[in-house]
Amino acid sequence: MSERITGSEAICRALVAEDVTTIFGYPGGQIMPFYDKLFDFSDRLNHILTRHEQGAVHAAQGYARASGKVGVVTVTSGPAATNIITGVADANVDCTPLVVITGQVAVNSLGTDAFQETDVMGITQPITKWAYQVRRPEEIPWAVARAFYIASTGRPGPVVLDITRDAQVGTLDWDYKKINYIRSYNPAPELLPGDVLAAASLLNRAESPMIIAGHGVMLSNAEEDLIALAEKADIPVASTLLGLSSIPSDHPLNKGMVGMHGNIGPNINTNRADVILAVGLRFDDRVTGVVKNYAPQAKIIHIDIDCAEFNKNVKAHTTIHADAGKALKALLPLVNKSKHTEWLATFDKPEEVERTEVMKRELEPDDIAPDGAMRMGEVVRKISEASGNKGILVTDVGQNQMMAARYFKYTLPKSVLTSGGLGTMGFCLPAAVGAKIACPGREVFAFMGDGGFQMTMQELGTMLAYNIGVKVIILNNDFLGNVRQWQAMFYNNRFSATPMINPDFVTIANAYGFPAERVATRAELPAAIERMMAHEGTYLLDVNIDPEDMVFPMVVPGAAVDDILINTTTKYEG
Amino acid sequence: MEKKLYTISVFTENQVGLLNRISIIFTRRGLNLESVSSSASSVHGIHKMNFTCTSDRETIEKVIKQIERCIDVLRAYFYTDDEIVYQEVALYKVPTQKLLDEKDFERIIRVHNARILELTREYTILEKTGHESETQALYELLAKYGILQFIRSGRICITKSPTEHFTHYLTEQELRRQQIEKN
Ligand SMILES: Cc1ncc(C[n+]2csc(CCOP(=O)(O)OP(=O)(O)O)c2C)c(N)n1
Ligand SMILES: [Mg+2]
Repeated sequence: MSERITGSEAICRALVAEDVTTIFGYPGGQIMPFYDKLFDFSDRLNHILTRHEQGAVHAAQGYARASGKVGVVTVTSGPAATNIITGVADANVDCTPLVVITGQVAVNSLGTDAFQETDVMGITQPITKWAYQVRRPEEIPWAVARAFYIASTGRPGPVVLDITRDAQVGTLDWDYKKINYIRSYNPAPELLPGDVLAAASLLNRAESPMIIAGHGVMLSNAEEDLIALAEKADIPVASTLLGLSSIPSDHPLNKGMVGMHGNIGPNINTNRADVILAVGLRFDDRVTGVVKNYAPQAKIIHIDIDCAEFNKNVKAHTTIHADAGKALKALLPLVNKSKHTEWLATFDKPEEVERTEVMKRELEPDDIAPDGAMRMGEVVRKISEASGNKGILVTDVGQNQMMAARYFKYTLPKSVLTSGGLGTMGFCLPAAVGAKIACPGREVFAFMGDGGFQMTMQELGTMLAYNIGVKVIILNNDFLGNVRQWQAMFYNNRFSATPMINPDFVTIANAYGFPAERVATRAELPAAIERMMAHEGTYLLDVNIDPEDMVFPMVVPGAAVDDILINTTTKYEG
Repeated sequence: MEKKLYTISVFTENQVGLLNRISIIFTRRGLNLESVSSSASSVHGIHKMNFTCTSDRETIEKVIKQIERCIDVLRAYFYTDDEIVYQEVALYKVPTQKLLDEKDFERIIRVHNARILELTREYTILEKTGHESETQALYELLAKYGILQFIRSGRICITKSPTEHFTHYLTEQELRRQQIEKN
């Protein structure tokens, strides 16, 4: 005999059945039946009340990306459902598994512009992997099981379940079956041996091969497979922004990051390599520069779980339709042990130029700004080192993001959380909350700009309420620095709407009970970092950054990836 | 790249909202859907949607892959006109008196293989099935009598290959299901 329970209870039970332990959310009218039932499940489902629904989604994203589990969000209808959109869109481009449950008005009010009714299906379909409106309680077990299966398998992504009031308050016979098959959806395509052979033979014949590691490497836990292949065939590895930390920073084959603010070596050599093995990336325009001049000489091997990515932006010579781990494991025995000493040496010169012409200026500046302002790079590097390079880096968007990604060092996998595809300001603080909940044993560093911090700084309240310890570093240049940089470079120094009049961030942190300090000069930095590291729990540093600081190198916008500025006026000469 | 009219056939599960999810894949790329039609297919429980759209082959191939990525979409195919048999239906409402006054009327109906569906004192409704150029040709002839209403359906099509290719795909998926169940 099955039990008769309410839809709300079915949602709670289904979440438990899917091994959910943490939910991020915010209650309201049309989700109240669920929240009422959640009260009875508080021993199994830990609900984190964020201070804004956008914060709930970013926190769930941080949680999902740091833990590899599905992030779960529950919010009400109408304005709450529209507040989740930024996070859902972000999760969709950055392949983050989420199940987002929105409450919805009663079925007979649908389509009538009822109070707090919005067309959640219409709004979320373009930005989700799957979106479904649940109208009857009996659909709940199926819909939730399907949501988790879809969100977490294949190319992960967000699923929205819009659950009407009727479905929450009505009853059903409880029976839950996890889903592991959908006829129209095959998340684990059969590896085609011919494709693997073709890829291996290209790699074996290559004289100047390069690997580019994308987010897919981490999503399929293939970091070790990646390193094994690179080491066996002696192939240099570059990462995309979201692929960072799939290989440790100091690994001799790690040649850094590709893309607009990536390292010179891998960008230049993208257009010199004869074979490029692209693992789990989608050739975003921030990675490729102008597509028609992207690696025209190279044979590209593209590994991806989503075959819609093949030839979407860049033409591949051969493809492997599989998850990165499976593909790399299959390639390993077929790839010859090899040495590419000469080719690897071609990275030395651009590395040297970058070290002396770009990095030195950031890491060991010899000039002192009139007010003692610092450079972002030096701050990031010192904090990274203070953590033994073992921390989780969460960034916001802007100069702070690029500088943090460039100068933080990684020894452990899954150490970078950043909003790549959407570039969402305000991502950082809530994502750091989620990451810390997922990995309580790791130190989480939230690097953000003065602009981005103010987009979601209300989440300090969440950190206070749940005692979540995050090291918060505001790289404060009193500017929307990234936009300012473009204005300085391409818009004649016309700083339209980019100077920021900022509040006292230390007082704000203190208001939430967090210790904080303003770091005005370079001389104060080491001791401030020491105090921050010594403190258990959240600590905020408001660091005085030179607004003239700019992120370099920079692939000239609209140009090829080997057309690189090393400062405002000088191009790299290769 | 050369632009052509393509017919896109999409086989789907019978789920609410899919037509919207699929059509936004076209509209995002700024592709104008020239016609849309949706009906049951020859396979029980499975729907078939037909779209026509003018674009180049490369874009259509990318669109097809993005459509197939949607959950509950089983398979999507695209065709040029020579690979399919296709038709559209057009309905024309014209003033009866004008038609009666016109000597040519009977000849037009015959030549164009049109049918009279309804005839009243005030109006006559004609139906013609054919390619767009044919239904358009009739439209232009009737226009001089004053067309009161006109509508043309979306394109429907059947491929020239002996079966829906798609049944093979279903067999594969059934084998996949059995495999998963075994493990
Ligand atoms: C939500 C959102 N709005 C606007 C932008 C455009 N944008 C990108 S970077 C940037 C400036 C960020 O300023 P700040 O947070 O202070 O960081 P900084 O670049 O100074 O380090 C802006 C406005 C964005 N990426 N996201
Ligand atoms: Mg700033």
